[in-house]
Amino acid sequence: MSGTYLGMPSFPEAARDAVRDVTLRGNLRRATHTIRDKRAGAVAELDDWGRLREAGKRIKDHTLRHLDRYLVQVEEAVTAAGGTVHWAADAAEANAIVTRLVQETGESEVVKVKSMATQETGLNEALEAHGIRAYETDLAELIVQLGKDRPSHLLVPAIHRNRGEIRDIFRSEMSEWGRPAPEGLTDTPAELAEAARLHLREKFLRARVGISGANFMVAETGTLVVVESEGNGRMCLTLPETLISVVGIEKVIPTWRDLEVFLQLLPRSSTAERMNPYTTMWTGTTDGDGPRAFHLVLLDNGRTDTLADEVGRQALRCIRCSACLNVCPVYERAGGHAYGSVYPGPIGAILSPQLRGTASAIDASLPYASSLCGACYDVCPVAIDIPEVLVHLREKVADQGGKGHRLERAAMRAATWLLDHPAALTAGERLASKTRKLHPERLPGPGARQWTNSRDLPDLPAEPFRDWWKKNRA
Amino acid sequence: MTPESSSRDRVLGRVRRALADAPEAPEITRDYRASHTPDDPATVLDLLHGNLADYRAGVQRSTRRDLPAVIGRLLAGHGAGSVVVPPGLPEAWLAASDTRRLPDDVPLTPAELDSADAVVTGCALAVAETGTVVLDAGPGQGRRALTLIPDLHICVVDVPGQVVASLPQALPRLDPTRPTTWISGPSATSDIELDRVEGVHGPRTLEVVLVVD
Ligand code: SF4
Repeated sequence: MSGTYLGMPSFPEAARDAVRDVTLRGNLRRATHTIRDKRAGAVAELDDWGRLREAGKRIKDHTLRHLDRYLVQVEEAVTAAGGTVHWAADAAEANAIVTRLVQETGESEVVKVKSMATQETGLNEALEAHGIRAYETDLAELIVQLGKDRPSHLLVPAIHRNRGEIRDIFRSEMSEWGRPAPEGLTDTPAELAEAARLHLREKFLRARVGISGANFMVAETGTLVVVESEGNGRMCLTLPETLISVVGIEKVIPTWRDLEVFLQLLPRSSTAERMNPYTTMWTGTTDGDGPRAFHLVLLDNGRTDTLADEVGRQALRCIRCSACLNVCPVYERAGGHAYGSVYPGPIGAILSPQLRGTASAIDASLPYASSLCGACYDVCPVAIDIPEVLVHLREKVADQGGKGHRLERAAMRAATWLLDHPAALTAGERLASKTRKLHPERLPGPGARQWTNSRDLPDLPAEPFRDWWKKNRA
Repeated sequence: MTPESSSRDRVLGRVRRALADAPEAPEITRDYRASHTPDDPATVLDLLHGNLADYRAGVQRSTRRDLPAVIGRLLAGHGAGSVVVPPGLPEAWLAASDTRRLPDDVPLTPAELDSADAVVTGCALAVAETGTVVLDAGPGQGRRALTLIPDLHICVVDVPGQVVASLPQALPRLDPTRPTTWISGPSATSDIELDRVEGVHGPRTLEVVLVVD
């Protein structure tokens, strides 16, 4: 994976910093709860959700079982439709291929659609090293890029920023990258979005190379599918002369018909919509419509290692909907950055250590970044048993021996950090309601202080439930 | 052997080794619904109407005879000074409008599209359950950029011929070799504190005209 995250502290250390950041925690809590509640409503509209989920799971398992066959089929279909297919065994190779392809166009800037795969490979930095500037065009990715920051959520990568911070970033950084922010820019979301529209439109209209990922690629037809909301994806996919798509090998699905399952599962699980505003599908190149050259880069980068693990391979079913992040009590408090990878939350906790191995402290600690409450499994639209994989990976970390013991200790600290919570809660509860009016930031007392160092106090009732019960019911 | 073709062998070799002992996956099941909507055209149309509106598209119903007047009113109502006309758009559709026409028969440049206020198109299909119109670059729809850059998109749906209830009914009617755009409401983002803002990059306004008769 990308060098961006090299030297990351292990999960408990990174999380400790994150939970001290009150803004971050407040933003995250509000955001994840909002999406979570909306999603439950959108899913409830379909009374066959369970059967769709089972179909999605089985289609993915079947595809993974015959992945070699379907990859060859994709290659043939894309080539027949006028595209060119490249294979990349790892991140460095993918970056080298894309860099060469961009250089061959003679261009020194590219526009990008939000893509996890190219974040995973650290493509922007690799291009920069060759004098090629990559512009992120998703609004949240733009905020992250201008803020010299890292994404913290799969779907809303700037979820850790509030409107005031975004306005400040736009005001101070936009001129570095192109059209400056309008004079007197306020922090209303509509004005901020308008500033981004103006800033990016001049880039879209002159862009000659676009880079994207894909949500799905259909083996039968060679069709690639990108699901989005803003239209920046459509801009990048249709206006440039050359389009380069970097796609993980697990994104293949067998047939055109299979889209009827995934286009029902994905939008409802991710943004809680019946359908996202824009979906673009293209098959190779089409005369007079869209790019004249299309390159598909098929990326392995640890996916085949994941595939080789009989328990862990189910992680490759993931369609990156981010539903598991929004229900995760650990993600809600720790934030996306603590996971030290482009894949945060429960899916990150099982995917990153599989893609990268568990040799580093952060990767060894990730399987412990969970309370195993099971909420992630319940919402996952392709039924990935994340707790099962976590436990399996913990065993692996524990089995590493030698250096592994040290890693296991680091990892156990993460587990303890979570599991001491109920005891501390009971200790702090009564005291807390008595001092409610003072809005304490820390609870006094040895055990309790440790607990509040890394947690928000809940909104406290006027008196503890137990006291109320004794008075009114006992 | 070029380095890239050896990577192909390497990746495929790794896939095959990873799967050497893997058991066969359980069979794919498709016992989900082909549609969630009663098989009645009026119900399907009402659902389409409701879901389009719920996604903040403007929705009008019109007869075929009134269509030019409806389109003319929409263009005027949004103050459109110029309208992009895809090749193959029925001439009659714009007959009641004096908005300046920008035909795309010779492809317009991105800058010309950017200076246009509106575009009028037909569609390939509309999906009621998701509130979606699907464009496949056929006659009267034009290339994908046309419905992307101007700020107002007026899309005409032929009822009942172009309306299906559900995704499982939609896909078999589409040709995967054509570039396809699925549109559900106008461009939108919720990236700033989850506040929904319309029209970040695509059209800020989507007007759908359902032609019923
Ligand atoms: S693991 Fe499941 S819930 Fe989480 S992002 Fe992937 S598909 Fe969505």
